[in-house]
Amino acid sequence: MTIDYALIWAGLIAFAVLAYIVLDGFDLGVGILFPWVKGQAHRDQMMNSVVPVWDGNETWLVLGGGGLFAVFPLAYSIIMPALYAPFIVMLLALVFRGVAFEFRFKSRNNQWFWDLAFAGGSIVAAFAQGVAMGALVQGIPVVGRAYSGGWWDWLSPFSLLTGLALVVGYALLGATWLMLKTEGHVAQQAVRAARVLGLALLGLIVVVSIWTPFLHEHFMRKWFAWPEMALVIPVPLLVLVCAVLFFKGLSQEKPLMAFLSVQGLFVLSYMGLLISFFPYIVPSAVTLWQAAAPDKSLKFLLVGAVVLLPMILAYTAYAYWVFRGKVGPTHHYHA
Amino acid sequence: MDWLDAHTLARIQFAFTVSFHIIFPAFSIGLASYLAVLNGLHLATGRAVYLDLFNYWKKIFALAFGMGVVSGLVMSYEFGTNWSVFADKTGPVLGPLMGYEVMSAFFLEAGFLGVMLFGRARVGPRLHCFATTMVALGTFMSAFWILSVNSWMHTPAGFSQNANGQFVVESWLEVIFNPSFPYRLVHTVLAAYLTTAFVVGGVAAFHLLKMRLQKVALATPERSASQLAVRTMFSMAMWMAACVAPLQILAGDQHGLNTVEHQPRKIAAIEGHYETQARAPLILFGIPNSKEERMDYVVEIPYLGSLILTHTLDGVIQGMKEWPPSERPPMGIVFYAFRVMVGIGMLMLGLGFWSLWLRHRGKLYENVWMLRAALWMGPSGFVAVLAGWVVTEVGRQPYTVYNLLRTADSASPIDAAAVAGSLIAFVVVYFALFGAGTVYILRLMRQAPDTGHAELSVNEPVRAGGIVPPSALTGAETLKGQP
Repeated sequence: MTIDYALIWAGLIAFAVLAYIVLDGFDLGVGILFPWVKGQAHRDQMMNSVVPVWDGNETWLVLGGGGLFAVFPLAYSIIMPALYAPFIVMLLALVFRGVAFEFRFKSRNNQWFWDLAFAGGSIVAAFAQGVAMGALVQGIPVVGRAYSGGWWDWLSPFSLLTGLALVVGYALLGATWLMLKTEGHVAQQAVRAARVLGLALLGLIVVVSIWTPFLHEHFMRKWFAWPEMALVIPVPLLVLVCAVLFFKGLSQEKPLMAFLSVQGLFVLSYMGLLISFFPYIVPSAVTLWQAAAPDKSLKFLLVGAVVLLPMILAYTAYAYWVFRGKVGPTHHYHA
Repeated sequence: MDWLDAHTLARIQFAFTVSFHIIFPAFSIGLASYLAVLNGLHLATGRAVYLDLFNYWKKIFALAFGMGVVSGLVMSYEFGTNWSVFADKTGPVLGPLMGYEVMSAFFLEAGFLGVMLFGRARVGPRLHCFATTMVALGTFMSAFWILSVNSWMHTPAGFSQNANGQFVVESWLEVIFNPSFPYRLVHTVLAAYLTTAFVVGGVAAFHLLKMRLQKVALATPERSASQLAVRTMFSMAMWMAACVAPLQILAGDQHGLNTVEHQPRKIAAIEGHYETQARAPLILFGIPNSKEERMDYVVEIPYLGSLILTHTLDGVIQGMKEWPPSERPPMGIVFYAFRVMVGIGMLMLGLGFWSLWLRHRGKLYENVWMLRAALWMGPSGFVAVLAGWVVTEVGRQPYTVYNLLRTADSASPIDAAAVAGSLIAFVVVYFALFGAGTVYILRLMRQAPDTGHAELSVNEPVRAGGIVPPSALTGAETLKGQP
């Protein structure tokens, strides 16, 4: 029996992107919520809740991009030019919010500017990621080994909708993270935000889920043709379960439950996307086997992944453990 | 403006973004090691001065590292957005090396950075020292992998090409340890160490000069502790300069010999030779005249060119005329950039030796001219690194993968307008944000190291948030407020 390295790697890249979404999602969300919380001390508290971990969270994005380059170079070289504008905008936005972490605490006079950079950068980065995802889902024209569309093709009602959905989703992740990690005024604000954002996100998930199968014929077969349907039906059912648990967590003041059930919503939506995509990596154009690098490249990097990824997960978990507990109004990290 | 096509714009954009990026790692590779050494020395000796210095440079590291991370994130996607043909063709070879960089370096740095910056009180001195060492190891691993990638583009090895025109790997060992990699790795890492040493030395010199002016050197125990910290900093930096600068010149020489073997066109541009000749002179200065294919206004030393490049007096050095114009790198940029780099290297060597002499006479901290020179040489490492980078990258032209893939054939199928738009955005954003970052770093450097708070600050929160107390940035006020 031969081992399907391309399939293994598709799973690992998918994992890296998911890890990025569930980890950086909440720290982007904290930035998205910034404008709705007034007061320097409160904002300090919000930022301090993610300061020790945001850098590691963002590294998953580098692994997603770098991993795609390494193991699916054809997909990387088609997708990046196709989604040129959203990716450039996302990168610039991430630069803004990344430096804001450091600069904000060093500048009391121009702090409003770095507040703006942090919030604006977070909102724009989330929106651009959502747009990029939507544009990829709706499809990219390919001729030969290259992208063949124009540089505005990514812009469509669907991609704008997914952009909005991701901003709302990250904001909700951020709100439940703040419920978990802060107390006092910020935590109360977070609960109020979570209620509104939770309803909005569920609505958006429904709309996007109904819209998606109509974009490609093979999406439609996956979700609405028997017997494939039997395999995918648990996904929407579990979404329902997570939604119930989320509101239960909110009303019973169980922040961990609320946080995890929103993460569950993200994992399930992502699973739904993967189910739609498979076996394509660029929908209806390039399958993951067509895009894969030669086995020799896949094997070589797989050795590293098998050894290093568990170590990465272990010391990432350790870092979260070191900085466990709530960030109160008077409790601060300091150098 | 016919020449301003998408491909040219993509080249400008890459040169711009990578030049900005390289400044930060060039500094943080050295600084991470310095922090690990300080932390280790404190653990071993228990002397407070090392922890004071650790806490001082830690804040500066946090800023520089943050800017390196975000500018590096841009690079990892730029291969795809602007150089998609290059990405498709080299992905199977270079992608896994970058994958290893992410997994063995970036995560290591990011995972332990939080503990290193904020976690001392939570994990204790031993684990804190371990975390610092892991961050330093991460910066080194990062240099290892990315320089392997870069070196492969200069001296590709261990590959074949498949039906799609992709490079595929025959031997990973040959790919990773390609012919120019060991030289480039040593040369670049030493450059990072020298850059950091001169920044540290420059900051120390600034404070030594200031203390001298204020004549408050031994007024109080705290002041003398502060002076001890600054002196320790200066002493360490000058030891580094004196030891590493000669090594670097040796490493540069060896790297040059390697380039003679693999990239003779780059050497022709570096040396400014159009004609192939034995007993070649060393051209100290001149103006390349590409129209008439000769050097104008030449100042040269006979035989020295052959002596340096072949280590014999009558060795033959190939001139640029050996190759058709379509194969030549632009001569002027490489020629001048090389002279800037070597000139700075010689100054660094001179300062290092001078410091040894003054140290021997016991005047290292008093000689005003020494301190002024060290202050002015503070940023010299950055200039040298950028110049060296220009020499090697422009000297590789007109190829991305030497002799195999032309730069003109590497770019994405993107409209010039899109590339121009993103280029303008990058220029504006980088200058604004990294300009601000530089200002914040300089403000931190203007503060003398805080002493006597080392262990106190571990147990007692003293500030509003972030990494640096806001009060540390308001200058004189703070100095008054502290003992």
